[in-house]
Amino acid sequence: MNLTTTEPAEVSDTLSGGSQRGDRVFHGLAFAAGASIMVALAGVFIFLAIRGAAGFSAATGLYQPYTSFVPYAAGLLFGTALVAVLAMIIAVPFAVGVALFLTHYAPRPLSTVIAYLIDLLAAVPSVVFGLWGLKALGPALLPIQRWLNEHLGFIPFFAGEVSATGRTVFLAAIVLAIMVLPITTAICREVFGQTPRLHEEAALALGATRWEMIRYAVLPHSRSGIIAGTMLGLGRALGETMAVLLVLNASGPKITWHLLTSDNPATIASNIAQNFQGENIDLQVVLLATGLVLFVFTFLVNFAARWVVIRSERKFQ
Amino acid sequence: MSTDLSDVATDTTFPPPSLVRARLPRQATLIVGVLALALAVLGGPLLTGASWYSVPFVAGLLLVVLLPLWSLQVEGRRAAVDRLVTLLVTYAVTLALVPLVWVLAYTVIQGLPAINWAFLTKDQTTTLDPVTFKQMPGAGVLHAIVGTLLITLGATIISVPIGLLTAIYLVEYGAKSRMARIITVLVDVMTGIPSIVAGLFAVALFTQFGSVGTRIGFMGSVALSLLMIPTVVRSGEEMMRLVPADLREASYALGVPKWRTILKVVVPTAFGGILTGVMLAVSRVIGETAPLLVAVGTVDYMNTNLFSGRMQTLPVFIVSKYKQGADLLELAWGAALILVILVMVLNLTARIIGKIFAPKTGR
Amino acid sequence: MAKSIDVSDLNIYYGDFLAVEGVNMTVKARSVTAFIGPSGCGKSTFLRSLNRMHEVIPGARVEGKVVVDGQSLYDPSVDPVAVRRQIGMVFQRPNPFPTMSIYDNVLAGKRLNAKKVKKSEADALVEKSLRGANLWSEVKDRLDKPGMGLSGGQQQRLCIARAIAVEPEVLLMDEPCSALDPISTSAIEDLIHELKSDYTIVIVTHNMQQAARVSDDTGFFNLKATGEPGHLVEFNPTKKMFTAPDNDATEAYISGRFG
Repeated sequence: MNLTTTEPAEVSDTLSGGSQRGDRVFHGLAFAAGASIMVALAGVFIFLAIRGAAGFSAATGLYQPYTSFVPYAAGLLFGTALVAVLAMIIAVPFAVGVALFLTHYAPRPLSTVIAYLIDLLAAVPSVVFGLWGLKALGPALLPIQRWLNEHLGFIPFFAGEVSATGRTVFLAAIVLAIMVLPITTAICREVFGQTPRLHEEAALALGATRWEMIRYAVLPHSRSGIIAGTMLGLGRALGETMAVLLVLNASGPKITWHLLTSDNPATIASNIAQNFQGENIDLQVVLLATGLVLFVFTFLVNFAARWVVIRSERKFQ
Repeated sequence: MSTDLSDVATDTTFPPPSLVRARLPRQATLIVGVLALALAVLGGPLLTGASWYSVPFVAGLLLVVLLPLWSLQVEGRRAAVDRLVTLLVTYAVTLALVPLVWVLAYTVIQGLPAINWAFLTKDQTTTLDPVTFKQMPGAGVLHAIVGTLLITLGATIISVPIGLLTAIYLVEYGAKSRMARIITVLVDVMTGIPSIVAGLFAVALFTQFGSVGTRIGFMGSVALSLLMIPTVVRSGEEMMRLVPADLREASYALGVPKWRTILKVVVPTAFGGILTGVMLAVSRVIGETAPLLVAVGTVDYMNTNLFSGRMQTLPVFIVSKYKQGADLLELAWGAALILVILVMVLNLTARIIGKIFAPKTGR
Repeated sequence: MAKSIDVSDLNIYYGDFLAVEGVNMTVKARSVTAFIGPSGCGKSTFLRSLNRMHEVIPGARVEGKVVVDGQSLYDPSVDPVAVRRQIGMVFQRPNPFPTMSIYDNVLAGKRLNAKKVKKSEADALVEKSLRGANLWSEVKDRLDKPGMGLSGGQQQRLCIARAIAVEPEVLLMDEPCSALDPISTSAIEDLIHELKSDYTIVIVTHNMQQAARVSDDTGFFNLKATGEPGHLVEFNPTKKMFTAPDNDATEAYISGRFG
């Protein structure tokens, strides 16, 4: 529409080369914006490294209950990974189920509505999830935690004394699972939807039921997509802060496999949020250093996820 | 094959009965469902006095056991497995929707009582009651609402130009260059930055150049923009790719230079989609807590200067009130409700705008 | 075990759109029946309604009767899954399962039906099916390689082997050679000739020479006008169809004066 309103004077300008400069400037601007993303990412790493450097070898009292950085960070990393991996174990079957429902079971209008609702779940602020997990879901799950402890207590995960408040790794993992469900579902949905019709029909024409068709055509085609979605969800779960901070009754970095007790490992992110507001500048430096560890760790997980996606894209080309 | 032929129907109207298999009645799921519900009610609350909450779970469990069993008896193993999976998939969706409804309903129920005129128009400054000379705690969250809006606005002002220009570079200039591919991967990686790391980055950046304890609203904007940019790039890229190439070529053919073509043809055509993307990005970061907690801190009074002093924001307000004690929890829930409304309104508006503009860009 | 198919007053819909109207025909057992006609006239749609693959598309439905050996396919008591197992289908583009080996591709249908297939039994079935599809000598040394590694023509024969491995009574082929080169095409046509002795074969083709070469009976589908549903114009033995068709429109189409 704008074309017709372009003044003739402008057009003749292009011959004189006047607009070439405009083009160069604009190209430069666009390039600079793109480059700034590289700079920003590098900046995150560099500034965290500079400001946090002292945190790798600070006064021993700052690493309680440990005395040096490595076990301290390892303890936190353990908690982070434990909660996040548990969350994914819960979330992935649901994500796959929901994505299958959306692509292969629900009629189109219903599928649109439910896809929207699931996406809406991603819009709920994490602090609200935290409060809700603490006040509503926690008490509701308490009987289940007791039951698990009573009947399956011989499994180390469910052993120990059940927390009276329910603010356990178990609860945190469930809340995180709910929070990462949308992203994993979205990616599964995308790859399931891209299954070639040809392969689905090949299975159906052999007399496969709907489930058999999914097993023969959809799931094999989507394997790497499910892995990528899982890892992206894992990346999200590793970095989630507020929900874990509110929901989990953490007692600092520690290594324990008990999921139902009141003595829980902190995660890197929740540990930072818990202690950063204080006035202890030295501790803040240590926390910055753990932040760097978290950044590198999630970076690797996300990078691996992308790598899986790119590799599988090549395979199907 | 013989196993399949063994459980065929005995209906004699069809002489070679191979195609006809005994199948459950059309409403089998409904029948078993009602039966399961009846059993759950009878065996639960009515006879044993179990809680009514148990009914949907028991009924669901009964359904998922009984229907496949019936199917196994009548239709055979394959059909039974198919029915089982169908049920499981449906359960997954139902269960996945429970938290959404629950969270939203719970927030409304808990938050509604807190909301009144003072809540929306006052801050948390402690005042002295002129009659009783008692210290009165502040009643409102206006300062947090204003802070949230200002910081998010700041983040938007940083992110949108960078994000859109990057998208323009990726679509129009970089095309398939090495640089463009690197940026694409980095944008993907940036999507995965933990929000608290973004907050720490802002702290590290500003304390490097300022004093150690620096906490200003703008730091929050910087942290949030780090989280916003990838979303803006992604949606901008997607939308600009939808603009048909012949529109661009028509413009070039008229002698319009590339940069004007982009600004006057490509961006306006994709505008609706870009706006949707930006609003979704805003709705994603407006509820972020962790980066603001570390980078902006918390105060009780109104501060409208992004570049000086701490600011209050809704998410951080929620956390700090929760930490201060049980009697202040109502304030936290009130703020949570306002935050959720803010996010949902943004989200819905974005989708509606996307719907309105979609057919135009799609062609 | 081959069977005949009787179609009476068949209407095929996509949602509210009537795609094919009022088809009546009898497909003879142990013969090759070809459907020809211009693009979009509904011959593929009709073919897919013969093994209830049509209804896989959301909103698609069928009115009328398709009777295979006395059994009405669209009777409510009939299980579409059982129908598809007994009426096999080969598609326009070869579609072996990409993650499966040649061996597993052939067994795919069999494995659906039997929980465990004995190794010796499976080996025998694979060999028999691949021989049946004229593919055995070409692939017998690389059965464990992925099916996607074969050439287009080999892939299509692998799909035929996969279809006949479940021992169907009828084999539907939807333009099976349209994605293949002439040499592969002639290999498939030879195969169709051989399969005729055991199966009832229905083939949709764009290529009239192919219809003339392989089929015993031919049906000509056409649109009355653009936007109108497709219908069966003429159904006759192929010889008659290509020498003295009953209908002027058929003659016009066959002799290339179509339009």
